[in-house]
Amino acid sequence: MSVDKNTVRKVARLARIAVPEERLGPLAGELNGILAWIEQLNEVDVDGVEAMTTPVAMTLPMREDVVTDGNIRDQVLANAPRSEDGFFVVPKVVE
Amino acid sequence: MTNLTQLTLSDAVDGLKAKTFSAKEITQAFLSEIDKSNQHLNAYVVVTADKALKMAEASDAKLAKGKGGRLEGAPLGVKDLFCTAGVRTTACSNILGEFTPTYESTVTQNLWDQGAVMLGKLNMDEFAMGSSNETSRFGPPASPWRREGSNAKLTAGGSSGGSATAVSADLCLAATASDTGGSIRQPAAFTGTVGIKPTYGRASRYGMVAFASSLDQAGPLAKTVKDAALMLEIMCSADAKDSTSLHLPVPEWTKSVGKSIKGMRIGVPKEYRVDGMPEEIEKLWQQGVDWLKAAGAKIVDVSLPHTKYALPAYYIVAPAEASSNLARYDGIRYGARQSGDGSLTSTYETTRAKGFGTEVQRRLLIGTYVLSAGYYDAYYLRAQKVRTKILEDFEKAFEQCDALLTPATPSAAFGYGEKGDDPVAMYLNDIFTVTANLAGLPAIAVPAGVDSQGLPLGLQVIGKALDEEACFKVAAAIEQAAAFKARPKRWW
Repeated sequence: MSVDKNTVRKVARLARIAVPEERLGPLAGELNGILAWIEQLNEVDVDGVEAMTTPVAMTLPMREDVVTDGNIRDQVLANAPRSEDGFFVVPKVVE
Repeated sequence: MTNLTQLTLSDAVDGLKAKTFSAKEITQAFLSEIDKSNQHLNAYVVVTADKALKMAEASDAKLAKGKGGRLEGAPLGVKDLFCTAGVRTTACSNILGEFTPTYESTVTQNLWDQGAVMLGKLNMDEFAMGSSNETSRFGPPASPWRREGSNAKLTAGGSSGGSATAVSADLCLAATASDTGGSIRQPAAFTGTVGIKPTYGRASRYGMVAFASSLDQAGPLAKTVKDAALMLEIMCSADAKDSTSLHLPVPEWTKSVGKSIKGMRIGVPKEYRVDGMPEEIEKLWQQGVDWLKAAGAKIVDVSLPHTKYALPAYYIVAPAEASSNLARYDGIRYGARQSGDGSLTSTYETTRAKGFGTEVQRRLLIGTYVLSAGYYDAYYLRAQKVRTKILEDFEKAFEQCDALLTPATPSAAFGYGEKGDDPVAMYLNDIFTVTANLAGLPAIAVPAGVDSQGLPLGLQVIGKALDEEACFKVAAAIEQAAAFKARPKRWW
């Protein structure tokens, strides 16, 4: 599988990273280098093999379904680039 | 009195308890050393002098009453990956701007609960993505080590390069670090320090900036095996705030250090003898084998046939998980926002283009690609299955042995820029360390000698799941036999 400029443009869009047009070509080259190296995994026979989850068998812990956190609005907003009246301020999304 | 900054953590803790010196004295000694050295070494990206002195005073009050925790008054450094309440935490990325957490990571809280003193935040590769600490927004630290007769600046390794620099240059007694593919053990090997990554789930990931969640584990960098055991014992805990945290008691690893290894079976995996490995590494490995034999261990040849697939599998799993984890950095709720053309999409795309460095962007694109529609099975799922094969290799090997001995890195520390522009060449640094992350196993790096240019080299001991004790026992035997006394010559 080889990555071309169009694929890089599409992937950058999915990753929400603005990539300037002139970087698409070099990035395609770099990604192809890495992907070609990764391709060797195709040599491994993984038929019937389970995907790895954990080295130590454990079940996910359960807890009481009760509120354990909250009422910390000011803490939540403390690092916001912009906030007003207890809300995050974001660019206009609805015309 | 010996220079307080040169003490081991264990000796410092004893000295504090015996009131040979006060917490304030040792903290001030470190702060003045940091003040002199940090401009040359760039280990700290934040120095919390006032906080450190306040914590030290509180420790002295406790120590005066004969009270205090197991690390009471001991000054430590914290990798910038751990959230520290009220202290800027950025994982050395521009995208986090001046982010100042309102909460504390479990690992650091455990250390403060035992009385440790925080000196500041330590340099690292951006989001822990790197093997040389060159991807940090603050520029790389400089290793205190240099080749004999050379002024070339060397890397302290990565991603925990700041932690390794600080510990090896006596800018803290010990430091927290984290290891996703070797980020504790490779810097340890490069700087003549000890670093351990515990079994996945031993240390809570709560409040640790996430890179690849199925691989990330916290651990310490320290001056001795005993110090590393003491740090790890305190850092690890069962934590309800991390659903992958193991709900098991934390063993008293400090008691494993110095225990006889007589009768232990040590496996030597033939696949770790890689092409192009310097002869010195090969010799060091053999030396390690001889030391362990002399200490009464039995050496067993073992095979881990899927070793060569570990790095390629890692470079699917880690970027894939990173692309998901780092989706949270959108410039809306925290961090540095860039507005672009003012639209929401442009805000996201510009924030992330300006906020993430080149290597992080490269990995996010790889991760997004391998997870994109139609490719999940071919890449991520296959890689996770290869991980199972790698774990099975280890499980088979551990039927014949109790721990494995390998080199920690394929070379000694390299100079900045020496690896060129090929990302894969840099990735190969983790060839011996990454398997333990993929399989979730504990592994320790311990200094074992120096190369012909006077640079430290390390050996690695990999244990069975939950058997950190074996790592500590064998590492302590190596430490004793190696009697590693080399120190960087002060140039800074």
